[in-house]
Amino acid sequence: MTSRYDSLFLDTVAKAIVPLIQIFAFYVITHGHYSPGGGFQGGVMLAASIVLLRISIGAESFKRFPPNAAIVIAGVGALCFAMIGFLPLFSGGNFLEYGAAIPGMDPVTLRYWGIFFAELCIGFLVWGALVAIYDALVTGGEE
Amino acid sequence: MRFSALALMALMGAVLLWGARDLPHRGDPNSPAATHESVSIYYIENAYLDTHTPNMVTAVLADYRGFDTFGEAVVVVTAALSCLLILRMRKPGGGAEGS
Amino acid sequence: MTANFLISGYPYFLITVLMVIGMYGMAMKRNLLKKIVGMTVFQTAIYLLYIQGATKIGATIPVRSAEIGTDAALYINPLPQVIVLTAIVVGVATTGVALSLLLLIQRRFGTLDETAILEELRDPA
Repeated sequence: MTSRYDSLFLDTVAKAIVPLIQIFAFYVITHGHYSPGGGFQGGVMLAASIVLLRISIGAESFKRFPPNAAIVIAGVGALCFAMIGFLPLFSGGNFLEYGAAIPGMDPVTLRYWGIFFAELCIGFLVWGALVAIYDALVTGGEE
Repeated sequence: MRFSALALMALMGAVLLWGARDLPHRGDPNSPAATHESVSIYYIENAYLDTHTPNMVTAVLADYRGFDTFGEAVVVVTAALSCLLILRMRKPGGGAEGS
Repeated sequence: MTANFLISGYPYFLITVLMVIGMYGMAMKRNLLKKIVGMTVFQTAIYLLYIQGATKIGATIPVRSAEIGTDAALYINPLPQVIVLTAIVVGVATTGVALSLLLLIQRRFGTLDETAILEELRDPA
């Protein structure tokens, strides 16, 4: 969305508040074990910060966060989630059975860290997908 | 709005409410969803023992029901990809063709 | 309707109102964008229907705290919350794809009115 007129107030506040939103979003993603939150909620907050940038400062944000980067982030997130699921298959476990991924380690610890990395991948995935949908709708497919 | 549309919507609302009389009351601790011991009670009691995570919703989402989450992640990426692909279809030689 | 149902089943009235509004928007409006808005309202009513079935009287959020322990009657049901989480994200994705299809229709036909588009499809002028 290209800005129709320059508003100094909007520019300054948006640029100042977007890093805070992103820090809080990463906090929500990584504290999914101990408080309500997790991958989906943090990913949507990250996407909202990028959409705020697009709405307020328009064309400059397309240079900072190019539209093609968003779908790549989403694809990499999905691929990493699938890799986390495939890892137990090499050690005789089932798909997405985190407890059998590394034979010899405590399965409870493995499931804890498996949930953590799965939530992280889901956060990146939702971030990339929502920003890609917004970019596609706003630019109408053109560059 | 027209009177026939209003009557049709009122009829739909009445049928939905008549069907909702058999659903459990709000906050009922003996509803079938809350007392099914192999699903809901198992998740509440064993989430911390199996995975060391206090948050039961995250444990259910990413560990016990991880396959559904994986499918939904694929759905989201497919939807984003299809948005991009739908809007970038061009006939060779310029002009946007919507078929 | 008995008074018991009115007092203890009050979420179902609100959910039915939302569902009827959404269904009216989907079926009776001619503009395609208003149909999509009706679909979104209907989806919200379905999320509320699942979520309100998860509460228990006197229970707290499903995050295990050391004082309460693992008594299943003191935590609300986590399973409908997981289902609705997935459903919300899938609903957003569906709305995104529907809006991009609407963009294409607008480019192709020049209008978003359902009767005009159907007439154009039946006998292309």
